[in-house]
Amino acid sequence: MGIRFILMVNKQGQTRLAQYYEYLTLEERRALEGEIVRKCLARNEQQCSFVEHRNYKIVYRRYASLFFLVGVDNEENELAILEFIHLVVETMDRHFGNVVSTFPSCELDIMFHLEKAHFMLEEMVMNGCIVETSKSNILTPIQLLDKAS
Amino acid sequence: MGSLYLALLRLGCSRFVWAIQGDRLSELFTTLGDMIRAIRACKTAAEERAVVRKECAAIRASVGENDQDYRHRNLAKLMFIHMLGYPTHFGQMECLKLIASPGFPEKRMGYLGLMLLLDERQEVLIDLNHTNQYIVGLALCALGNICSAEMARDLAPEVEQLLQFRDPNVRKKAALCSIRIVKKVPDLAEIFLNPAAALLKEKHHGVLLTGVQLCTDLCKVSAEALEYFRKKCTEGLVKLLKDVVNSPYAPEYDVSGITDPFLHIRLLRLLHVLGQGDADASDCMNDILAQVATKTESNKNAGNAILYECVATIMSIEDNGGLRVLAINILGRFLSNRDNNIRYVALNMLIKAITVDTQAVQRHRATILECVKDMDASIRKRALELVYLLVNESNVKPLTKELIDYLQVSEQEFKGDLTAKICSIVEKFSPEKIWYIDQMLKVLSEAGNYVKDEVWHALIVLISNASNLHGYAVRLLYKAVQTAGEQETLVRVAVWCIGEYGEMLVNNVGMLDVEEPMTVSS
Repeated sequence: MGIRFILMVNKQGQTRLAQYYEYLTLEERRALEGEIVRKCLARNEQQCSFVEHRNYKIVYRRYASLFFLVGVDNEENELAILEFIHLVVETMDRHFGNVVSTFPSCELDIMFHLEKAHFMLEEMVMNGCIVETSKSNILTPIQLLDKAS
Repeated sequence: MGSLYLALLRLGCSRFVWAIQGDRLSELFTTLGDMIRAIRACKTAAEERAVVRKECAAIRASVGENDQDYRHRNLAKLMFIHMLGYPTHFGQMECLKLIASPGFPEKRMGYLGLMLLLDERQEVLIDLNHTNQYIVGLALCALGNICSAEMARDLAPEVEQLLQFRDPNVRKKAALCSIRIVKKVPDLAEIFLNPAAALLKEKHHGVLLTGVQLCTDLCKVSAEALEYFRKKCTEGLVKLLKDVVNSPYAPEYDVSGITDPFLHIRLLRLLHVLGQGDADASDCMNDILAQVATKTESNKNAGNAILYECVATIMSIEDNGGLRVLAINILGRFLSNRDNNIRYVALNMLIKAITVDTQAVQRHRATILECVKDMDASIRKRALELVYLLVNESNVKPLTKELIDYLQVSEQEFKGDLTAKICSIVEKFSPEKIWYIDQMLKVLSEAGNYVKDEVWHALIVLISNASNLHGYAVRLLYKAVQTAGEQETLVRVAVWCIGEYGEMLVNNVGMLDVEEPMTVSS
């Protein structure tokens, strides 16, 4: 429903974060990731950010060395999802510092703090539906967790 | 691991102990960071597999010994390994043990593992009644993502209670959890109607966002819910949207100068569902829709996203002539926008608008045709679909000419789609048989290999039924084959035709006014 999956992939096609909201086996996931990453990486800057794949759409955007890909149902508002991707990036930026501008540290930040990135995403999307769009509301539980451990 | 060390020490094999302990130590004590670095250093897939195998073995050993201290780290490693595509089911018990631990960091990790590594086929105990609100939040999140129909039935009453919890973050998560519950068990929809309507009166944007989504989804699964919300909530929602649109600057939710565009869009979507097919509800929302359509700034993506949703809503609710014109004008502006994304969504919307107001869309035909030739594959595809829907008896000739002209320069991967559409248009709208034959021959010469069998079979049938055109057809085909002989389908049709009507070809029989004489020797 709504969002089916969120992926962060680098330019070489390696998955750095994967969150699925529908059940797929490991082989299905690998096949899916291979196919759509190829499609998105092959496109250039002037082309639009929407790719149609099977019976749904992929909305993607590139930030430094990372591609953010979101798979959505056909009825979803694509421009809103673009805004959502930007919100994710800004939220991670606020927490990790410099996600957008520095290369390649954003990718490394996410890799070495994968659970934090997941916690953030969980606060923002549940069951494929956007649940919170205020950066401070999203980051409060994570900051609390940092203080507790 | 500690006990093994002691045992071996007692046996006096200290050097032996150091050897294995050293090895085990280095495996078990690798941090997540160490493992990631090791994986990144691998140059081949085989190397990576070896590292992962080693790590999995260490994790398995640690799991087997019920190692409390490393459980957290083991799970983090397992999640990373899972993301790379390796199986990790031996770690599932670890998730459950972590969830059952008392500490918040452990629980957090356990729930994360639960959502990434497990799916709804597992049965899990959830602590929805915990005193710590963050833990309740975690539990709701997990339930919302993976619960099965049985779990949904069992836990629905508790989730419904949580819709009135003191902390807004828990209320918002409970709302989304309820969505999953009613999707899994639609009969439970009625218990959520009242609490959902109550959520619409909240002030917290997160709760509003999820509350509106809950109402929308309730309307989708239950007709009673739709009636209920239509009667009771339409006015309230219109007022809510007005408040959001007119609200002052709110830094936390501001995107490009607009307060909480996501909430705007969700509200518009719910109004869409409520207004569709109901004149009273549609009337109620006319003013606010007009306000959003005219006042929203369209120089940033956030504004355009709202306009897009607004147009979609206007197109689906009951007719109000003025609003529809407004909407199509917005789409017209989008079509000439330089940003590819905007043009793409405009084309998408126009496809839906055609059923509602074909005339208005026809006015933009020229721009749409330009989009068929765009460099972007996604835009081309949409534009072609739209052109196909726009064809009628009066414009079929010029449109077909444009499309066939483009066929000559289009890319390989697009030719298949384009050919299929042209053939379909020609077949449906052809005013005269001679025109039909002309167009089909052009298509066959240009892209014969993309033409499907049924299509050229139909052409042959048409030719054989048009006795006055036999001579014309065979002569045309003969000429075509001389310049485009590599198109196999063309050759096939030509061969059949010449076989049937060969003497007409040689003897120039049955010539039409438009033809010039030709000499063909047998």
